[in-house]
Amino acid sequence: MTIPTNPRSAYGEALVALGAKDPRVVALDADLSKSTQSIMFKTAYPDRHFEMGIAEQNMVSTAAGLALAGKIPFLHSFAVFASGRVYDQLRNSVCIPNLDVRICGSSCGLSDFGDGKTHQSVEDVALMRALPNMSVLCPADSLELAAMMECILEWRGPVYLRVNRNDLPFTTSPDSAYRIGQITPLRDGDDAAIFASGVMVSAALDAARMLDAKGVSARVLNVGTIKPLDGEAAVRHAAGVRAIVAAEEHSVIGGLGSALLEALRGAPHAPVELIGIGDRFGLSAESYGALLAHFGLTAEAITSAVLTLLEG
Amino acid sequence: MADARNGRRTDDIRSLERTASKLREHVVRMIGVGKAGHLGGSCSLAEIAAALYFRAMRFDPKNIADPDRDRLLLSKGHSVLIQYAALIELGVIPLAEREKVKTLGGMLQGHPDMDKTPGIEAVTGSLGQGLSIGVGMALALRLDRRGARVFVIMGDGELAEGQLWEAAMAAARFGLDRITGIVDRNRIQATGPTREVFEIPQIEEKWRAFGWNTLTVDGHSIPAVLDALDRASGMHGAPTVIVADTVKGKGISFAEDTAAFHNGILTQGQYDLALAELQAAQAAPEEGRSA
Ligand SMILES: Cc1ncc(C[n+]2csc(CCOP(=O)(O)OP(=O)(O)O)c2C)c(N)n1
Repeated sequence: MTIPTNPRSAYGEALVALGAKDPRVVALDADLSKSTQSIMFKTAYPDRHFEMGIAEQNMVSTAAGLALAGKIPFLHSFAVFASGRVYDQLRNSVCIPNLDVRICGSSCGLSDFGDGKTHQSVEDVALMRALPNMSVLCPADSLELAAMMECILEWRGPVYLRVNRNDLPFTTSPDSAYRIGQITPLRDGDDAAIFASGVMVSAALDAARMLDAKGVSARVLNVGTIKPLDGEAAVRHAAGVRAIVAAEEHSVIGGLGSALLEALRGAPHAPVELIGIGDRFGLSAESYGALLAHFGLTAEAITSAVLTLLEG
Repeated sequence: MADARNGRRTDDIRSLERTASKLREHVVRMIGVGKAGHLGGSCSLAEIAAALYFRAMRFDPKNIADPDRDRLLLSKGHSVLIQYAALIELGVIPLAEREKVKTLGGMLQGHPDMDKTPGIEAVTGSLGQGLSIGVGMALALRLDRRGARVFVIMGDGELAEGQLWEAAMAAARFGLDRITGIVDRNRIQATGPTREVFEIPQIEEKWRAFGWNTLTVDGHSIPAVLDALDRASGMHGAPTVIVADTVKGKGISFAEDTAAFHNGILTQGQYDLALAELQAAQAAPEEGRSA
């Protein structure tokens, strides 16, 4: 099977495949099934799909009921609504009882570039990560997304999955032994370690190539699972270098960078710099690339952060 | 010339009809070619926006911070292009901004942003929140003994949001008769016709059960919209909602009643055709009045 480069399409296809594998899988939508591509599931299994209307809070607690009665519900909306708008419903109906509810936060980060700050989610990882029992996944590309979806059925407890709206370059390879929680080394290097998630993984690889040209060798670690973060692996991958950078399409408060610092706090480690969005909301732009550049989410920014740390 | 009802002048009505078409033209120019934009739900509001900004509302474009101004909140914030159009036409937003909607650093964001755009009263776009903001404003205006009114425009798909009904209960509970709700009942939401996606039947009955007065109008008839706004301002003791029957994408033949133009992309040919149709509607002597 070839996997589409667009994560939303890859998500829709993977959901249909899960539906074929397990009759307990059901899907819920809040008038965005075309944007999230869960419409593919609706077409394949109309009786297992529930259009709940533009009513996200009701959708989340309804999913809790479905899970309590033996189903595995997949919830869909834009990431900003699927995390923040329904935070209390997720906390109380889903996370406290530790139910097998899967939340698809689509159009995550800045990827809904035109719609602006109300539709961009730069705090969702922080919110979801703070919820006990919740796992937080942020795939680097469609391949990793598909691999995650294959694991997601067996996983116990709620899962929040960030799905990008735009095409992402393939940076990972299909890994048959994929498991949720794995940190995937994509490149080796001795001077610096770059931990990245989501769209920033390809930027991290570009940065490593730019650093190579300057005689600096950097390893690149793809952190697809931000929670539960494999702390031992994080410490291992961070060891022996003189600079550590975490790069994410999210606020620097509470995301991958925070999770990494939490994991490294007991171990000796090199100085760390965080590449992410400052303490602010997004805004509208004419293209995704323009917006990423505006917020300094670029290979150049990662490169100069590494060089600055090394000059330290 | 005087219109039979309420002594409205027909040339006055004709001028507002032209304004509505002009607002649609601004919307099309804002979206441009090859870029996504919320055409449908903006165009369904053109007559309502024209009636509000150019006749019914107490709103001085030269003094937009007047504490006694009427407030217009777009709870269905994705349709902000029609509000930008009105504010451009009133000179509040510079015309030069029109082609810069949704560009980096631009004044006109994809959804209403009070910090960036003059004349925008609140931040909306996460559906279901506008009426609550309106309740807060109306309470404050009443405390300060100001006569200003608060208009809140909602979508019929948006009515599925529970918060909106919490706000409806609060508005009735507090007797906020200075609030006028307007439901843009265009019967299409993001993924398709409301009857297929998530139909909310008996909308008027629901508002009445929540303690509101209701009026139902043809949302593309300027006289009908003006009359409804007049009547709403004359009702005391409870808030009023005007349920406006409209057509999504109204005024642009290929976009009318079409879910694809909820947030669609115009080709060059569609862009040219839309402008031609809208300019013809402005030029025609007695055209543009829907049945
Ligand atoms: C809380 C929330 N959920 C989902 C969306 C995405 N969204 C934007 S517009 C829209 C459909 C709105 O339909 P309706 O209220 O009928 O408005 P109209 O047809 O007039 O455009 C949706 C689902 C949103 N903006 N906010």
